Amino acid sequence: MANLKTTFAGIQAPNPFWLASAPPTDKAYNVERAYEAGWGGVVWKTLGEDPAAVNVSSRYSATYDAKGQVVGFNNIELITDRSLEINLREIEAVKKHWPEQALVVSLMVPCVEDSWKRIVKLVEETGADGLELNFGCPHGMPERGMGAAVGQVPDIVEQVTRWCKLHSRLPVIVKLTPNITDIRFSARAAKAGGADAVSLINTINSITGIDLDQMVARPIVDGKSTHGGYCGPAVKPIALNMVSEIARDPATFGLPISGIGGISNWRDAAEFIALGAGSVQVCTAAMIHGFRIVTEMKDGLSRWMDSKGYEKLEDFRGLAVANTTDWKYLNMNYKVVANINDDSCIGCGRCYISCEDTSHQAIAKLPQPDGSNRYQVIEDECVGCNLCEITCPVSACITMEQREADKPYLSWIHDERNPHREVGH
Amino acid sequence: MSLQPPLISISPTRELNELFSDIHPPLTPRQAELESARCLYCYDAPCVKACPSEIDIPSFINAIHHDNIEGAAQTIYSSNILGGTCARVCPTEILCEQSCVRNKEAECAPVLIGLLQRYATDHAQFEGHPFSREPDTGKRIAIVGAGPAGLSCAHRLSMKGHQVEIFEAHEKAGGLNEYGIARYKMTHDFAAKEVDFILGLGGITLHTGTALGRDVSLVDLQAEFDAVFLAIGLQGTRHLMLDNEDLDSVQNAVDYIRELRQASDLCELDVPKRAVVIGAGNTAIDIACQLKRLGSEDVTLVYRRGAESMSATGHEQAIAKAHEVQIKTWSKPERLLVDEAGMLMGMEFRSTTLDQGELIDLDTTYSIHCDAVFKAVGQTLVLPENETDLLSQVKSGKLVVNSEFQTAIPKVYAGGDCTAIGQDLTVEAVQQGKRAAEAIHSSLILADKA
Repeated sequence: MANLKTTFAGIQAPNPFWLASAPPTDKAYNVERAYEAGWGGVVWKTLGEDPAAVNVSSRYSATYDAKGQVVGFNNIELITDRSLEINLREIEAVKKHWPEQALVVSLMVPCVEDSWKRIVKLVEETGADGLELNFGCPHGMPERGMGAAVGQVPDIVEQVTRWCKLHSRLPVIVKLTPNITDIRFSARAAKAGGADAVSLINTINSITGIDLDQMVARPIVDGKSTHGGYCGPAVKPIALNMVSEIARDPATFGLPISGIGGISNWRDAAEFIALGAGSVQVCTAAMIHGFRIVTEMKDGLSRWMDSKGYEKLEDFRGLAVANTTDWKYLNMNYKVVANINDDSCIGCGRCYISCEDTSHQAIAKLPQPDGSNRYQVIEDECVGCNLCEITCPVSACITMEQREADKPYLSWIHDERNPHREVGH
Repeated sequence: MSLQPPLISISPTRELNELFSDIHPPLTPRQAELESARCLYCYDAPCVKACPSEIDIPSFINAIHHDNIEGAAQTIYSSNILGGTCARVCPTEILCEQSCVRNKEAECAPVLIGLLQRYATDHAQFEGHPFSREPDTGKRIAIVGAGPAGLSCAHRLSMKGHQVEIFEAHEKAGGLNEYGIARYKMTHDFAAKEVDFILGLGGITLHTGTALGRDVSLVDLQAEFDAVFLAIGLQGTRHLMLDNEDLDSVQNAVDYIRELRQASDLCELDVPKRAVVIGAGNTAIDIACQLKRLGSEDVTLVYRRGAESMSATGHEQAIAKAHEVQIKTWSKPERLLVDEAGMLMGMEFRSTTLDQGELIDLDTTYSIHCDAVFKAVGQTLVLPENETDLLSQVKSGKLVVNSEFQTAIPKVYAGGDCTAIGQDLTVEAVQQGKRAAEAIHSSLILADKA
């Protein structure tokens, strides 16, 4: 079986599956259960200065798919609501008991050098492996000048990162908020401040839904609500993009990334690693299924790596980065068209109506003598948009097939249809 | 959904009545939520094409999934006002569910459309009737027969603003829904409630215990009304043409089912220890299974051809097997065996086979001991007494109508099982009643404009 051993920002772990700073890593009891279940590391739920935060009752809400599975998860919980001292003593004990597993401690204190200096020293004394700076919490804490309020100002990100590096010998991971317009600015600031790594994404400002009887968003706290932070499978595409932006940015190239955002299975993890992530952090999947879910994640990843001949994570890490590029570099001469396999078609007509109503009228509905319909792609009209393939409920029934494969690569930069094209190359 | 196991040993009334609870339990809200998610919302959906009453199935299932139960029910009722009955009695396995795209080899598991339809119609709560009547047209239409075809026609005509009067020979409306459907398929007083629901639209007057030919005449109806719709069903039964067929212990299956459906205490029913059922349709299956549930020890269903020719669907045959009903094929009724006192002892059959496509008798015979024989060899059209005009409208045992459901008698239309259109299914009768109403409406409006 492939070797899942991970070294991330100098931190050793038996595997890349870490639990993100969140309710599952709030205290020793949970963290020890996680290690027992096989998680490679844990980012301890964010510590702050005393007095500890106080949470409201009714904290989570979710969005669901048609079968009732959670696709998006929202929370309005604050950082730890237990005292700093209790947390530190538990961290110390857990690390002693579990020396092989990564234990990173998430931190959030006011933007004052002394506050950061004091807390990083205290954490260092516990024997923890690293620090994660929570610059991303989108709810509650920003109202007090912390969390996303820091992460949204690159200068402050750089400043706080620098303080932590100055006062601690531990690796510093800066956790980034996605609630910005361009993730690269905060990643660059973290790097400039000396960060050993970044982790992303933190949760996205969200309202998951409205209770139409009470006319209030969820979760409901005595008839009122507030925006929360969104995570779970629904945010994975946003997280993957932000990871790729940082992985591709020459200014942050090579900066270790811990990928976070909707990772629910081995495939999700492999995708983050393919885009350059050195470890992945999971929360929602564990909150929905319990810690045992890591068993299938590790097994699936190992078997897939075996099937591809990858012996260690580094063998495929970042392989998708170079293939993620700007639109202008895409090949204008590449052409695919849809093909419908009559043998596997079940005749639901979804491809037809989606193309007919909303796309290019490139599928013909051919009534058959038995009253059924046969669906056929009109290649001349097909632009290769993939919509039919997406709406088809049968896997591999509609495939996209290449046409005119003999044409040379042509980017928009040189395409003669581009009025601003570069000539002479 | 598994079939209920065969239940044999019974005695007290309470238990016996429980044996006639729903053969397919209704879906729970959770099951409905999950099952509705399986619908792919097909375009030009095969299930809709397979539904004789053209219900927009993807639309009502989508509405169920998004917790719009009244919207779902309204979609069903707008195509089929007896959607509640059809959800229970339709042979979905040869209609919508057979054509469901999820039935293809890769999945072999159609969306449970019938049960979802039942969920919507059972749970919808309307304030008043879900449909309204158009302004009164001043037209009056007589409908003969308050079965599915007559009720469907009446409802649609009333919606169009016409005044409708229904003449029903029996004491209760509902036709086969009330008197002929297996008790475990339609439980309690569902048929009566459905009639009330349909009449709730208004504009429909029901005269029960009023038979055509006895209490009213077609000539009078023609004179008094702007149109007449005959939905008289099939009131007769075929005979075996054997000696001793008039014995009390040789009965029509439909008569026994009627008694069973109407019985307030099932313990009062005469239950034979050993019974033979002749026939191969759904009525034969219904009587055989119900006899088993009532406590008959041996029930043998005998059919003169092979299982593949039985008109009962595979699903129905499976229900019979689950009830431990013996099915004997390739056997033709030969004699009713009677002892010296004139009591039925059993029945003798002659083996048959196919010879170049022809069913022929073989030399071998055998007999089955039984205390009762139930005939389920088909129902026939019986014209109301004194209505000789109708005789000319009968061809091959059914009333003849054109594509607009018109007979050759002026102003007289017909639909449902009494005509030769389509199969004799409840859902077909509903559709014909609905379409006949549209045809009657068009012709009346056209006549006004002319």
